[in-house]
Amino acid sequence: MSNLDAFYHALENPGRYIRQWKKETEKRAIGFFCSYAPEELIHAAGAQPVRIFGSGENMSRADSHIQAYCCSLVRGSLADALSGALDYLDGTVFPHTCDSIQRLSDIWRLNSPIKMHIDVILPVKLNTASSREYMNDVIKKFRRDLENKMGISISDEEIIKSSILYNRIRKALRELYKIKSMNPGAIRGRDLHTAVKAGMVMDRNVYADHLEEYIKELRSAMHGASSDRYKRVFLAGGICNIPDIYSSLEESGGAAVWDELCTGTRYFDGEIKITGDPVDAIAERYMERLICPVKYRSMNERSDSLVRQVREHDAGGVIFLILKYCDPHSFDYPDMKKRLDMEGIPSTLLELEDGRGIDGQIKTRIESFLEML
Amino acid sequence: MIDNPKITDPEKEKRKIKCVKKMKEIMTSYYIDAKTAVQNNKKVAWITSGGPVEPLIAMDIIPVYPENHGAMIGAGKMGADLCSKAEDMGYSRDLCSYARADIAASPINGGPIGGLPKPDMLVCSNNICGTVVKWYEIQARYYNVPLFIFDTPFIHSEPSPEALKYVKRQMGEYITFLEEHSGRSLNHDRMKEAGILAIRAQNLWQEILDTAANRPAPMTAFDAFFHLALIVTLRGTSTVVDYYTELLAELKERISLGIGMVPEEKYRLLWDNLPVWYRTRWLSDKLSSHRASLVADTYTSAWCGTTHLYDENNILESMAVAYSSVYLNISIDRMYEIIRGMIFKYGINGMIMHSNRSCKPYSFGQYDLQKMIMKNLKIPVLIIEADMVDERAFSESQTETRIDAFMETLASG
Repeated sequence: MSNLDAFYHALENPGRYIRQWKKETEKRAIGFFCSYAPEELIHAAGAQPVRIFGSGENMSRADSHIQAYCCSLVRGSLADALSGALDYLDGTVFPHTCDSIQRLSDIWRLNSPIKMHIDVILPVKLNTASSREYMNDVIKKFRRDLENKMGISISDEEIIKSSILYNRIRKALRELYKIKSMNPGAIRGRDLHTAVKAGMVMDRNVYADHLEEYIKELRSAMHGASSDRYKRVFLAGGICNIPDIYSSLEESGGAAVWDELCTGTRYFDGEIKITGDPVDAIAERYMERLICPVKYRSMNERSDSLVRQVREHDAGGVIFLILKYCDPHSFDYPDMKKRLDMEGIPSTLLELEDGRGIDGQIKTRIESFLEML
Repeated sequence: MIDNPKITDPEKEKRKIKCVKKMKEIMTSYYIDAKTAVQNNKKVAWITSGGPVEPLIAMDIIPVYPENHGAMIGAGKMGADLCSKAEDMGYSRDLCSYARADIAASPINGGPIGGLPKPDMLVCSNNICGTVVKWYEIQARYYNVPLFIFDTPFIHSEPSPEALKYVKRQMGEYITFLEEHSGRSLNHDRMKEAGILAIRAQNLWQEILDTAANRPAPMTAFDAFFHLALIVTLRGTSTVVDYYTELLAELKERISLGIGMVPEEKYRLLWDNLPVWYRTRWLSDKLSSHRASLVADTYTSAWCGTTHLYDENNILESMAVAYSSVYLNISIDRMYEIIRGMIFKYGINGMIMHSNRSCKPYSFGQYDLQKMIMKNLKIPVLIIEADMVDERAFSESQTETRIDAFMETLASG
């Protein structure tokens, strides 16, 4: 199987992949939400961290537990948990993010067949001495919770090994993104997206090898192809679970050259220090990395960072991908758009829902936006 | 022109709470003070309804509550207009209508009082939701003023020692923030005084709500929605203590005279979530017509649900713990325990849950709560779909049909 095939294979049916992996390794798999889940520790505990996305199938199963005015990530994941589609998970980790995930944690704990349940109540602000101390405390507590609930002990050595592996993966992902930014024709958006997300499901050691080899392959296949034919686009928003977006963009002559998505740079930004207390080092990365709208560091941080990244990657425009009913992103959008307007950077907003895919209207929006650039 | 003599129905007159006039005067004078703060050389802090207000009172900083503003906008039926203005500004219609209405009111001085006074600083506690953090960030940018976030880790089971340490430590950071931006220092005697007054106010508020345990209930949740403004906005002052003392006396007198708010009260209902501000009168009349009295609610009682955690001798730290333990900052199972207690205390026959599009942390989980209450406590629970401020999300005929059907079930049960 080629490296790229391995990514597609794992992501096409994460359940199949994890069941097989569990059979081979006799280890446990733990599901998690959000890029703020300290998955380095899950990995150090000898378990496989699996990001839960929601298949988008049988969403109505969630209807008797949560209202329709809730985002499709939450409803879809809950539907999967209730239908047994996530039966390969031995536990779930809920980091504190938005109000919807917060309540999902309760509903999940009370109704899903997955018994091991850990909440990681991270700080919301990341700019004070007390929140720094609390972040350290909470990550340490998470380590203890994992140890108690799994009946194991996690050594500092394992944590350091895990941090080194995650640094390796994140560094490779940055490399991959840089290839895309420097030469958008070298890798299809859909492939890039799949390569990143596969790393949230696959055995991390296996994945790291595949990823590095994949980068080598890409490098050797590149012979200075010009990137001029692509209209360079930046993707802003939360998670993207609709790879068709990338194809639509490319069909219209565009390419997403960089992003600030949770299924993108927000996931791999920042490095864990390998010196000092290993748990504090993990906490420190979560304090410092690119924030999402449920965390607060300073008043204009997200707009500043957006403009900086758009300029750095020479993007001609920004597409906001926001899940319908996602409050945090929807609250940030108007001021971020205003800021882009002030900077003369065109932007457009696409409101998405899992399980819906891309309809003609969204395609047209993408086409006409690209024509503007 | 001849004035029409006002025809009053003595039966209706008898049921009216007499203090109400005074309450309106207090709120008017409070808003006048707030709106003339600049002239009087006073600082204004906008603060969330569940935020630690006592230090502001102790430091003579005038607290202003955008959520109370939201409620006034809703009650004044100005919600749909302001919310749609926010949508024109780019805010999704799916966002909280308090936030939308307030954000849209700012640039045009909109709303029933011509806009809130400009803040000198913002104080936001996420003990009620994550929405307020986003909302206050937007307003901090708009007014270009400093923002303090009092971060209260959510309690899924028990508050963790880590979280308790964190909230206590933040109280110190909060005081430093206030001192820095007001140019004054906190007087600890005044702080203690404000803390003690806040405790007294909360105890009085609890006693007021508890009068509805009496049959017939001398007040309903609709009266609580109205009188709530004081415990929210003036907690920590003697004004609220004095007024609530008077209100409590009046309610006790009503009990001794056997005056209930709903004529021939037969059914006693519990309400969950924020009021439907633009339809409180309609809903109150609707329920009265079924001889149903909304005797309690999970919303107004949230302002006195953690009084036991206060310690007069350690006001700041105990306050930090109390504020992080409020009703909305706890899991569904903990909420269920509180609801169960209320069902017994107030002798509840049925429950109405407002599934409020604007308030996800309050509304998500209601379906499970409904099942738990119906199964374990055998109490029927009706869920109605609405929004606290944006009347476009409310269908009167649909709600009416559902309430009528629910009341029929209660009558036959």
